[in-house]
Amino acid sequence: MRNFRRITFVPTLIAAFTVIFTMPVWAGDTIKVGVLHSLSGTMAISETTLKDTVLMLIEEQNKKGGLLDRKLEAVVVDPASNWPLFAEKARELIEKNQVDVVFGCWTSVSRKSVLPVFEELNSLLFYPVQYEGEESSKNVFYTGAAPNQQAIPAVDYLMDQIGVKRWVLAGTDYVYPRTTNKILEAYLKDNGVADADIMINYTPFGHSDWQSIVSDVRKFGSAGKKTAVVSTINGDANVPFYKELGNQGISAEDIPVIAFSVGEEELSGIDTGPLVGHLAAWNYFMSVEADINDAFIDSWANYIEDEERVTNDPMEAHYIGFNMWVKAVEKAGTTDATAVQNAIVGVSVPNLSGGTATMMPNHHITKPVLIGEIQDDGQFDTVWQTSGTVVGDAWSDFLTGSKDITADWMSPLECGNYNVKTGKCSGQSYE
Amino acid sequence: MGRFGHTPYSQSRPTGCTLAPHRQLTRWLFQLGIVCLLIAPMQAFCLDEFQAAIDALKTKSYEEKTTAAVALAKINHPKVLDVLNAFLNGNLYKQKKTNKLVFAQKLEGGGFAISDPTTGVSLGEVRRRHVSKIGINNRLRRTVRGLVAGLKLNQPEPEGRIAAARSIAASGVAELQSVLETQREKETEPKVIEALDTAIVVFNLDAQDEVIRLNAIEKSAKNLDGQVRIKLTAIALDKDMSEDLRIAAEKSLHAIERAVSRYKFIETLFFGLSLGSVLVLAAIGLSITFGVMGVINMAHGELIMIGAYTTYVVQLLMPNHPELSLIIAIPAAFIVSGLVGIVIERCVIQFLYGRPLETLLATFGISLILQQAVRSIFSPLNRSVASPDWMTGSIEIAHGLSFTLNRLYILVFALFVFAGLLLVLQRTRLGLEVRAVTQNRAMARAMGIRSARVDVMTFGLGAGIAGVAGVALSQLTNVGPNLGQGYIVDSFLVVVFGGVGNLWGTMVAGLLLGVMNKFLEPVAGAVVAKILILFFIILFIQKRPRGLFPQRGRSGES
Repeated sequence: MRNFRRITFVPTLIAAFTVIFTMPVWAGDTIKVGVLHSLSGTMAISETTLKDTVLMLIEEQNKKGGLLDRKLEAVVVDPASNWPLFAEKARELIEKNQVDVVFGCWTSVSRKSVLPVFEELNSLLFYPVQYEGEESSKNVFYTGAAPNQQAIPAVDYLMDQIGVKRWVLAGTDYVYPRTTNKILEAYLKDNGVADADIMINYTPFGHSDWQSIVSDVRKFGSAGKKTAVVSTINGDANVPFYKELGNQGISAEDIPVIAFSVGEEELSGIDTGPLVGHLAAWNYFMSVEADINDAFIDSWANYIEDEERVTNDPMEAHYIGFNMWVKAVEKAGTTDATAVQNAIVGVSVPNLSGGTATMMPNHHITKPVLIGEIQDDGQFDTVWQTSGTVVGDAWSDFLTGSKDITADWMSPLECGNYNVKTGKCSGQSYE
Repeated sequence: MGRFGHTPYSQSRPTGCTLAPHRQLTRWLFQLGIVCLLIAPMQAFCLDEFQAAIDALKTKSYEEKTTAAVALAKINHPKVLDVLNAFLNGNLYKQKKTNKLVFAQKLEGGGFAISDPTTGVSLGEVRRRHVSKIGINNRLRRTVRGLVAGLKLNQPEPEGRIAAARSIAASGVAELQSVLETQREKETEPKVIEALDTAIVVFNLDAQDEVIRLNAIEKSAKNLDGQVRIKLTAIALDKDMSEDLRIAAEKSLHAIERAVSRYKFIETLFFGLSLGSVLVLAAIGLSITFGVMGVINMAHGELIMIGAYTTYVVQLLMPNHPELSLIIAIPAAFIVSGLVGIVIERCVIQFLYGRPLETLLATFGISLILQQAVRSIFSPLNRSVASPDWMTGSIEIAHGLSFTLNRLYILVFALFVFAGLLLVLQRTRLGLEVRAVTQNRAMARAMGIRSARVDVMTFGLGAGIAGVAGVALSQLTNVGPNLGQGYIVDSFLVVVFGGVGNLWGTMVAGLLLGVMNKFLEPVAGAVVAKILILFFIILFIQKRPRGLFPQRGRSGES
């Protein structure tokens, strides 16, 4: 008995000493990059891929010799799709792990939850998902699309190219669809669409019985004018929705559906038959033909060791955000948050569709807008794209409340919520 | 354009670009002509018409692709239909290296098997990124479908001819009207004649000639075809049309409107019953475990999910038989979910009988464990379960009233499951024992019934039925780790509303809630409809705390 105890005790002691003595050496030698994506719970489906993307980018950067002659080190935490936990984990990353930058969040509510933490502790967050806008924080960089970089051009495409006259705005009942649809409704009315030609419909999360709604859409669409559905339906509810459309005999040729939340990753798990021909608006498709995209897909397939894994729009956003951060740190010569905030505005890096993305003073970036049709292999075929890039607009020009507000984090303004009419900066309140 | 035709076919055919006197062809023929002139001196022959036509599909512009497809359909060549079909089905690719058009079939382990479109000769295997797809968009897809249909309008099966007539009408390719009319003259099958007439009417509604147009409008008065309706509305609203046309269109529309609204009620009722049948399926297993045994099983939803994943696995094991695999999945899911249920009962629930709060918390924990287990085993991504052909699309009950097939089958399936369960409980030894234990556990034990064994069997039965519900749900929604969560609250609602411990109550309550929901939804919207239902149930429970069909007898009063 005694012998046994001694035998296990010694290695434990050695292990403990090793850990204790190597820890400070690490901390001094590396730049820490926080990864705040859910690896379990409902959002794991989308966010796990983004965690892997950041890890891949860090690995590649380290192969190039790291940053400021130091290696990058990833610190991965799992906020488990639990919004309050996002704030706790963010605090843990910044205070306990001393990370210099965080890449993370997917849903708007998780972003809103961590926002006060980042502002209080003055750290940096790169947020890679398309969102509803109406926000600009000194500490957050929005590398996903604002509504004017996705929703508005998509509606323009349907209006001008397809000749759509009647609109169904269908969404899941939460903040992103509600705000986006409010903006779209105002925009459509500005363009002379009558009230009677707009149908707005909200459904609960995970809605699976679409029979009556699809039947209503069919009725709405048989009024002699070309009809389209603008879908902000989230996640899992999409598959039964498209299935029901197919079963009730509505094809993409009759009533096209343009979606803002359906990407390659979501399509890879499902039977794409009923979705073929429907549309999606993004700033990047895996099918984009550019050398830089081919290289990215190759390295992703190598990293994840799966030839069939797809790439998608939020991954591109992290790719852009990461490279922007690297460039800004090199420019500033330090990872200090304030210095990077100042250095990053105006930084340009290549995007994956063969153009460049530039960080604007409102902490949003420039992006091209692509409209793609879903193909039966789960990929998109680009049918239309903006001629140049579009600057992300934090505060929509189509909502009465936010029309006069601009965001500019460069001096002299240094404000994310500046009212041009009254000349007042409302500080950091976003509601 | 790349190299052209060293194929047996092109050699056997006299070469030289025959300039068809068609306006739409001139554009590409002009381009073709230039290429011909350039290449002709180098090669001994000019281009083969067919090869040129399919190469014209390689363009990026959808407008040019449309022209090319229409031109291709006109060529008399045995492979035209194959190429158009491949184009339509997304099997037409361009090999990046050779810039050559190829047929590509996706392979199991990634990559493509490619073959020559003209000869069908295999060109080997390539990786995914060595070929790029010839893209097709909605408008073009509609056109190509019409062109394919035009080539297949004289096929032997009447159903095929009807489908072809519909596709031609939808395509709007004006050249195809003559094909329809030719077929109409020799057609004998009444149903096909109807479809052909409708298709011709669709074309005639756009005719320049006012008399033909007026005639078509009058003919379409009883026609419930969606295309016809859209065109009529467009005419009725168009201010540039003559008064006669607009009034006639309006009249026809009214007649159609009347016919449609007649079925509105039946349609909503069907929607309601079908939603109700899903609720019944999800809740009926719970009705046994919660109702009969008094166990609040929060992991019930996950047992449904396991049933759905079993369907997925069965389909994975026999990928070539989607029909058969679905049938096999029913008993398989029953067994798998039932076994998981038995394990849960033996390991956790049996120690917690009579302590509902602890059971609730423990089973909630189990539900999280099961979800995360599925995430680790199958990945957090949703899995796709294919629907067999007989479950997709819809069946036309009457003119203007059609039911979606998957819903119809599930409605029937729910009734079967219910009847089966009722039989088990009423007619078997197990059922007798279950009822005895439910009514009076102590007395049943005194009569020599091993109540612990009955508990296990009952829980297994309830869990198995949940698995069977999972098979049905896999046909309606995503198969993913969160599948069960969406149904657990609804299931409890149904069971409580129907009366705890009463199968008939669950049945009636499920169907009733489904129908109520569907009648409320168009008026109030999906979110508010759900809230109203919840509110209604709360009020109802206040009045009748034991649900619709309260259990009578001694246990019912306790």
